[in-house]
Amino acid sequence: MANEVCLRTLHLDRPWLLSSYESEGGYEALRKILTEKISQETIIETVKTSGLRGRGGAGFPTGLKWSFINRSAPGEKYIVCNSDEGEPGTFKDRDILRYNPHALIEGMIIAGYAIGGTAGYNYIRGEFWEPYERFEAALQEARDAGLLGENILGSGFSFDIHAHLGGGAYVCGEETALLESIEGKKGQPRFKPPFPAMFGLYGRPTIINNTESLASIPDIIRQGGEWFRDLGVENSGGSKLFSISGNINNPGVFEIPMGTPFSELLEMAGGMKDGYKLKAVIPGGSSAPVIPGEQMMELTMDYDSIAKAGSMLGSGAVIIIDDRQCMVKLLDRISYFYYEESCGQCTPCREGTGWMHRVIHRIENGQGRPEDMDLLDDVTQRIMGRTICALGDAAAMPVAAFIKHYREEFQYHIDHKKCMVGGR
Amino acid sequence: MSDQQTITIEVDGKKLEATPGQMLIEVTDAAGITVPRFCYHKKLSVAANCRMCLVEVENAPKPLPACATPVADGMKAWTCSPLARQAQKGTMEFLLINHPLDCPICDQGGECELQDVAMGFGGGLSRFVEGKRAVKSEDIGPLIATDMTRCIHCTRCVRFGDEIAGVREMGATGRGEHMKIGVYVEHAVASELSGNIIDLCPVGALTSKPFRYQARAWELTTHDSIAAHDGVGSNIHVHVRNHQVMRVVPKDNEAVNETWLSDRDRFSYQALYSEDRLEKPLMRKNGGLAPVEWQEALLEAATVLKGADADRLGALASPSATLEELHLLRRLLAGLGSNNMDTRLGQGDFRSADPAVPWLGQKFAEVENNQAVLLIGSWLRKDQPLLNHRVRKAALAGGKVMAINPLDYDFNFTLDSKVVCAPSAMAQALAGVAAALGADTCGLPAEAVSQQKAMAANLKNAEQGLVLLGSVAQSHPDFCLLRRLAANIAEAAGVSLGFVGDGANSTGAAMLAARAETGLSVEGMLEQGLDACLLLNVEPEYDSAHPQAMNALLGKAKVVALVTHLSPWLEAQADIVLPIAAFLETAGSLVNIQGDIQSFNGTARPVGEARPAWKVLRVLGNLADIEGFDYESVTDVLDEVMKVLTDVHPDNQMPQADAPEARLADSDLQRIGGTPLYHTDMLVRRAQALQHTPDAWKACLLVNPELAQALGLEDGDSVVLRQDSGELTLPLGVDERVPGNCVWMPTGVPGSELLGKGFGAVSLEKA
Repeated sequence: MANEVCLRTLHLDRPWLLSSYESEGGYEALRKILTEKISQETIIETVKTSGLRGRGGAGFPTGLKWSFINRSAPGEKYIVCNSDEGEPGTFKDRDILRYNPHALIEGMIIAGYAIGGTAGYNYIRGEFWEPYERFEAALQEARDAGLLGENILGSGFSFDIHAHLGGGAYVCGEETALLESIEGKKGQPRFKPPFPAMFGLYGRPTIINNTESLASIPDIIRQGGEWFRDLGVENSGGSKLFSISGNINNPGVFEIPMGTPFSELLEMAGGMKDGYKLKAVIPGGSSAPVIPGEQMMELTMDYDSIAKAGSMLGSGAVIIIDDRQCMVKLLDRISYFYYEESCGQCTPCREGTGWMHRVIHRIENGQGRPEDMDLLDDVTQRIMGRTICALGDAAAMPVAAFIKHYREEFQYHIDHKKCMVGGR
Repeated sequence: MSDQQTITIEVDGKKLEATPGQMLIEVTDAAGITVPRFCYHKKLSVAANCRMCLVEVENAPKPLPACATPVADGMKAWTCSPLARQAQKGTMEFLLINHPLDCPICDQGGECELQDVAMGFGGGLSRFVEGKRAVKSEDIGPLIATDMTRCIHCTRCVRFGDEIAGVREMGATGRGEHMKIGVYVEHAVASELSGNIIDLCPVGALTSKPFRYQARAWELTTHDSIAAHDGVGSNIHVHVRNHQVMRVVPKDNEAVNETWLSDRDRFSYQALYSEDRLEKPLMRKNGGLAPVEWQEALLEAATVLKGADADRLGALASPSATLEELHLLRRLLAGLGSNNMDTRLGQGDFRSADPAVPWLGQKFAEVENNQAVLLIGSWLRKDQPLLNHRVRKAALAGGKVMAINPLDYDFNFTLDSKVVCAPSAMAQALAGVAAALGADTCGLPAEAVSQQKAMAANLKNAEQGLVLLGSVAQSHPDFCLLRRLAANIAEAAGVSLGFVGDGANSTGAAMLAARAETGLSVEGMLEQGLDACLLLNVEPEYDSAHPQAMNALLGKAKVVALVTHLSPWLEAQADIVLPIAAFLETAGSLVNIQGDIQSFNGTARPVGEARPAWKVLRVLGNLADIEGFDYESVTDVLDEVMKVLTDVHPDNQMPQADAPEARLADSDLQRIGGTPLYHTDMLVRRAQALQHTPDAWKACLLVNPELAQALGLEDGDSVVLRQDSGELTLPLGVDERVPGNCVWMPTGVPGSELLGKGFGAVSLEKA
């Protein structure tokens, strides 16, 4: 049971074409909505029923988010798709854009219909040139087929979508920084409230959803909210794309039902590379707290199971770490990423990410001090929950978790000026 | 939701009243509860980026920034609970890790928000052992020193540019730790309000350049005073060390300058200690001026004044002179039998009587609520920066601001519409607006074009509006006509009429003049000539609208000058020069253009032997044996002034309904005058730092590109400008803002004394 929703067309030759998508039931949902004039409330209720939660990482219920918009407010409302996919380890949205762009387009049109908007923006990660071109081609196909633009399928409903290529800043994956970036400003998160549902793109009510969330919408409408919900488990409806990378034989993107045991996913991905032992897993992108391997083997891939283990499902980026890897070096690399990608707007993140990275870098390079472990732990506490956006948390959480689970490796580095594993 | 609705919140266990929509920090500030902050400023938008004001709020999972947390009924917050303190101390530590902590060599030391807050929230020892960040500083002009390594990225300066100055000069580039605040491509900031970012900067990143390394904050004593360079009368704190003015900063007064200060008012103190400041009385001996004792100079001055024929005795005073000085000057003259006294040196037309007491016509706060404003002959932005700030607020709130100007002056807001025409065509443009309102056009054949009709409609439709005559209009040779047309427009549209005036006390001078016998105006004195002329802080070559006539007058008269600085013309023509205290060195009162009488004390000791002008005038009165000149203090004088001014109020009502004919003829080439903002008075002209800003006059003659082409001239060519019998050679500048057939050669600037009035026919040719 795989590839039920977002990767439904993957078995076909040239799955990204409109014809491929339509052969798998594509645009049926939109046609149904427009011909049967299904009400906005019904659509939003269906999405709520489906249990779909935001696939970008935060896991906020999508239907609930849609219901926050004041649909009767006069003036423009926007649908914005977040295809910035910058979280290290994540590459699932790229495959949706490459292999099933029409699912996203249809999902965005339905979302636009549901909130009474007439325009959508897809903010695509700056490095995704090929997916961008493929998405643009799909937009054109949809327009030519009368599925997008003025008076869609003669229904009187108009909706158009614009693709926007980002400039390469991780922080622009944060929804309000993304809006600033579309508006042509420096990509910096806005302080919330007001939330985008009230004051979003160009100051208008705006819904921002992840690519995978929106691409799941057509099948939810077509096959029903219950159908989608029952694919998964309680609190985690549907299926989900996981990007598996690291010390694994067959890295890639896998669409599996929520609640699938991690061990099965590991098997699907070909098992541990070169037969090494599983040491640890970062289950939801580099900002998700690390989970030791033995513990991970007992978990299922859904929101609750991973949360109970003290981490988060996040974007579904599963990073497999084998027992040859030095956790200090790994954290050095992760902390460097957040240090470089902090936008600099608010103090704890601007100053704290650099501080954490420098300390970890020192430890990795044999310059650790006895007090460094407690210092690092304390600095994470001073960042978490203190910043304008979640980047501060994203930078601090991995540090806290690495220290929690692998403190002895850090201590060894400090005491012996060298690595505990691999004899380096 | 009514405005009066109040809700109750609880902070640190104390019940506080609040208004819905207020941020928590506003309520705690009002209640005197200290919440540390850096990025928050009451006059700027909320940024919530410094994270210093984090407080604990009931039911919130994490501490919230008080500056960005709206109050709600029943809300409970704790500003110093363990959670709040832990968050605040955490932020403090982060702010300090990359801060250089170079307080011993930092000008901000001792008055630094970072220092202050660090005392309460910082740790004694740093846990940060890594290398600190260093940031290259940009040169952003002569007023503001930058030490960007000290910057804590609060973005107050950035938001100030955006929201208050109306020009986004500072900005943030780069990400994360590499984020820098700067001007992007290094250049001098050009806002006339730029100095305010010095006050806004909570650390020593932006400090005053003229004040750099001059004094430590704790060595300074603070005195309150009033700024004396424009009609706003901004309230200021003067910082003094060893009886010397070290710097000037704004003092909050919501009704006047709010919390801001113009660069002119902030930096002109430098002129107090310029090289040509007068320190001793001088008398003409053997053709030259020689230093003498006060006794000798005063006796001689009294002899000169007493010896003059009363009809041919007159006094010219700066429009920035205090009420007390003007009152004593007038009493002195009256005691000698003369009523010939005037402060309106810059006025271009006296053919019909002035309004009783010209003023702004509205309070500054009211200006913000205008739905339509028509500026006539005014570069308000540079002329009266903080009055312009009020007009800008009106414009941002949707008010329609329009202009009829001889130059396309740039504003820091969008004009709804503008007429840019040759000075000789301004009356015609106004007549069109008057015609559209059905008002008297003063005999000008007027047919309104659509733009004038739109201007008229904007004024007519406004619930509250203002027609404002600026300093360029005031120096116009047809000022009386422009004024009458403006009054007709204002009356027909049902809006206020206002005058920007000259100097810091033009309204006060008019109030005193309203209670005095009428004598000769400045124009009358120039025409008739004087035997003896008393000057009070006048720089004749630059303060007069008609320098050539002024030169002739001084050449024939015995001149007694009470001045702070000796200008070349006075050096050549004054017979007795009495050094007086400059405005920060003397006590007095000024009336701003909204009619506030503001008194101040002297803040620093006058340089050398200079004495307050009121004391000099008192002695002259005594020496002239005039009765009742036995004032013991400046308050004695003020008491008398207040008696004189009983029932005198600002009043723009004009006694005559008719207006003189236009006398400025259309000519092949017209001069456009007007005085640039850093040339408006004797002190400002000598304020060195201001003279190096982008707003300082560039010493060139500006013409329109088409005119330059027609004359076969190019940018940078040396050209000769001829007017009346004078001529001046300067480089040519090409500027789109100048209308065709005009040349922009300001008044009040070096070289302008060689020419005639600010407006009139001129010729231009290649040198």
